[in-house]
Amino acid sequence: MHTLKINGKDLEVKVDHDTPLLWVIREVAGLTGTKFGCGKGLCGACTVHIDGKATRTCITPVGQAIDAEITTIEGLDPDGQHPVQKAWVEEQVPQCGYCQSGQIMQASSFLAENKNPSDSQIVDAMTGNLCRCMAYNRIKKAVRRASDEMKG
Amino acid sequence: MNKHIKVTGEKTDVSRRGFMIGSATGAGLIMGYAVLPNIMGASVAQAQDAGMFSPNIWVTVDGEGIATVHIVKAEMGQHVGTAMAQALAEELEVPWENVQIDYPDTAPQWGLFVTGGSWSINWTFDQMSRAGAAGRIALMEGAVKLWGVALADLRAEAGVVYHDKSKRKASYGELVAGGITPRNFTEAELKSITLKPAADRKIVGKPLQALDIPEKTRGAAGYGIDVVIDGMLVGTTVVPPVRYGATVKSVDDSAAKKVPGYVKSVIIKEPVNVTTGWVVAVADTYANALKAAKALKIDYDLGPNATASSDSIMKRAMELAADPKSGQLFVADGDAANAIAGAKTTVEASYTTGLNIHAPLEPMNATAELKDDVWHLYCGNQFQTLALGLLPVVLGVEKDQVVIHQQYLGGGFGRRLEADYLIVAALTAKDVGKPVKVIYSRESDTQMDFTRSITYQTVKAGVDAGGKIVGLEHDVVSAWATARQAPAFMADSVDKKGKVDSFSVNGSDFWYTVPNHRVRAIMNDHAQAASPSGALRSVAPGWTSWAVESLLDEVAHKTGQDPVQMRLGMLDGAGKNAGSGVTAGGAKRLANVLEMAAKKAGYGKTMPKGKGMGVSSVPSQERPTATWTACVAEVTVDASSGEFTVDKLTVAMDVGTAVNPDGVRSQIEGSVLWGLSLATKEQATMKDGGIEQDNFDTYTPLRMADMPELDITIHSPGSYPTGCGEPGVTAVAPAIANAIFNAVGARVRALPITADAVKAAMKA
Repeated sequence: MHTLKINGKDLEVKVDHDTPLLWVIREVAGLTGTKFGCGKGLCGACTVHIDGKATRTCITPVGQAIDAEITTIEGLDPDGQHPVQKAWVEEQVPQCGYCQSGQIMQASSFLAENKNPSDSQIVDAMTGNLCRCMAYNRIKKAVRRASDEMKG
Repeated sequence: MNKHIKVTGEKTDVSRRGFMIGSATGAGLIMGYAVLPNIMGASVAQAQDAGMFSPNIWVTVDGEGIATVHIVKAEMGQHVGTAMAQALAEELEVPWENVQIDYPDTAPQWGLFVTGGSWSINWTFDQMSRAGAAGRIALMEGAVKLWGVALADLRAEAGVVYHDKSKRKASYGELVAGGITPRNFTEAELKSITLKPAADRKIVGKPLQALDIPEKTRGAAGYGIDVVIDGMLVGTTVVPPVRYGATVKSVDDSAAKKVPGYVKSVIIKEPVNVTTGWVVAVADTYANALKAAKALKIDYDLGPNATASSDSIMKRAMELAADPKSGQLFVADGDAANAIAGAKTTVEASYTTGLNIHAPLEPMNATAELKDDVWHLYCGNQFQTLALGLLPVVLGVEKDQVVIHQQYLGGGFGRRLEADYLIVAALTAKDVGKPVKVIYSRESDTQMDFTRSITYQTVKAGVDAGGKIVGLEHDVVSAWATARQAPAFMADSVDKKGKVDSFSVNGSDFWYTVPNHRVRAIMNDHAQAASPSGALRSVAPGWTSWAVESLLDEVAHKTGQDPVQMRLGMLDGAGKNAGSGVTAGGAKRLANVLEMAAKKAGYGKTMPKGKGMGVSSVPSQERPTATWTACVAEVTVDASSGEFTVDKLTVAMDVGTAVNPDGVRSQIEGSVLWGLSLATKEQATMKDGGIEQDNFDTYTPLRMADMPELDITIHSPGSYPTGCGEPGVTAVAPAIANAIFNAVGARVRALPITADAVKAAMKA
């Protein structure tokens, strides 16, 4: 039995400690906005925040997330209006959209740490997140737009 | 924001059925028509007798004036529903705020379900426009009845019908609430409707926000993998080490039985041979199913393809190309052999492409449930009509006992034209007697992909003293996806020697004027058996354009011509290249975008050492639905190592009419980067009958850090719209290779292009 704190709510889960956090989030907590892409931490579709830090949940055993604040795409903003989410709509980023929860969680964590990123810092932060539709042009623009808004 | 916009791909608990119905209610007005033949065989009368819908329904208007447009195309990132709804709403005269879309379950009255080929908008624009116009007329006829006035004295605007003479008006919602007699329009009536001239359009041609995007930023969009059914189990695939032809001799699950939640393993045996030697490990969750899958010990008979390799496939391709008896003719204009024999100069070269994997980011998955003698399949699929043909055979049920509930696709790219994952989920559910969701691991998804075939092409051109290509012979050797997947879609060859898979040679029937032109399509039997191929985004033009556009460049250089000027000279629009209907303007339109791209890129300027520009001009995807596309690539090459970077891609595309220009731009951006990825990043290989790569560490699509500058021009002259999802893919690879040649004089003829190949070609 583990107690997890996901999006501010406590959740008791009965799974092996080595179960990937991704599947606890998806199958136990029922939060399916976090996606399965590769299972090996190679694509970033499963990215959530653990204590604010962008983390690949497909390779994070649930045991490592006990006592941490886990935030998924569903919990990023109560109205889905985080500056990154708004920028994603403004720039019309998603195509198939499957990677975008992970992209948004990656970008929001990065921008929380880095208020005034250079273009190359944006690329460095985001290049680990695969977008098979290759909407990279718009992802890059949207990170910049969100950064501008977050700076005020 | 559009407060009324409701996209029914929004995640919904499937156990509460009916979420695909949208706002259709008893009070709703339902209308529409189908242009496509009803290949499912249900007649209009049958559909009416079923008492479900009137036939061929494309839009429902409710008592609040909300129009729900029913989208039977797969939503896989192209925002196709938004563009189709724009076409319909334009003629319905409904404000965009009052438009929503849904994705109906499969049913005979919808006709053909297929999404691919960059066909969707091209095939449906007229249909959707006329469905909207018919709706407007039916609503106005309601006002005629209500007020006893003449139809000619009414006008409809923004969801309101006006009778100006008496200053009366009624909203669509009021008219529907008051009762409209549903009526069908004959095809002749529909054809006789005069559609708006382009200049009067208010919704078509506007870069409206895509209806599916907001929920995709909130984790709320429902993909197949997100479907949950009460009491369902979860399975994952265990696949053999060879791509095709293995059989399972035995399964030992003694270790798997120790995994908590493990239920059983199911050997997939099916009569349509889409899969061979697959096992599904079933458990209570995916996490446990995967654990159990890894614990299974399976003994295989590896079958007849266990020694196949990329090399053996290429070797067989070369043998077939060398044999004059191979294949069927796809193009036979004039006498190419004779023209080449009499030409002053001959240029001949061979071009290859390697295995490529679709790898949509959402791994293949489907959820199957038998309920009240009907099989319900939940997934995202591009070719439901194919699956609906196979599933009854596989399950031993009647055609009307299978329904597919369409979800969002986490990428399609042609992979989801296949039915394997529906079949595997259905058979697993049948075996365990419970609803089952089957999710492929990334490894299974990669290794059991219906790949882009290894291709081998030879092109031989004869050039006269004036530099004109007078004859061209082109052999295209590949696996034939259509022959495997949907043989009924094969065409007769021009030499009447047999059937030809035009989806293996499209693009070779180019719009350049070459008086003597011969294209031979050859199926690689070895590739066909060992590496069953599928349609991968851009399909044949992804390789035929690679060969043709590279060869033209080689001809230009060998005969001292500028590659752009030589192409423009060949794009004279003579004879069959004048175009008609959708392609009216023909080759001249391709010439136009080539000039646009060349000008935009500054083609012809002096480049610094080690830098070069290269061009291509392609009429992808197919001659009848050509989208005129040109690309200029700018590269930097390190002459000592062969390492190169693609600095900029300039693309100009004539799409006829950009129904949603921002959606078109998004598709071009993605497709151009796809082209770059296939040209420089993606390479799978076969060894011992299996695909050697299994995840994104070994199969490596382009990342953000690899993105060059993009300069995209959309040309939208107002003619009939054509597709934009794929043409960009086809233009990029040859433009890059041509640029590399211009930079350092290295001619590369194999995709993907590697630094080693560039270096080797410099020495050559």
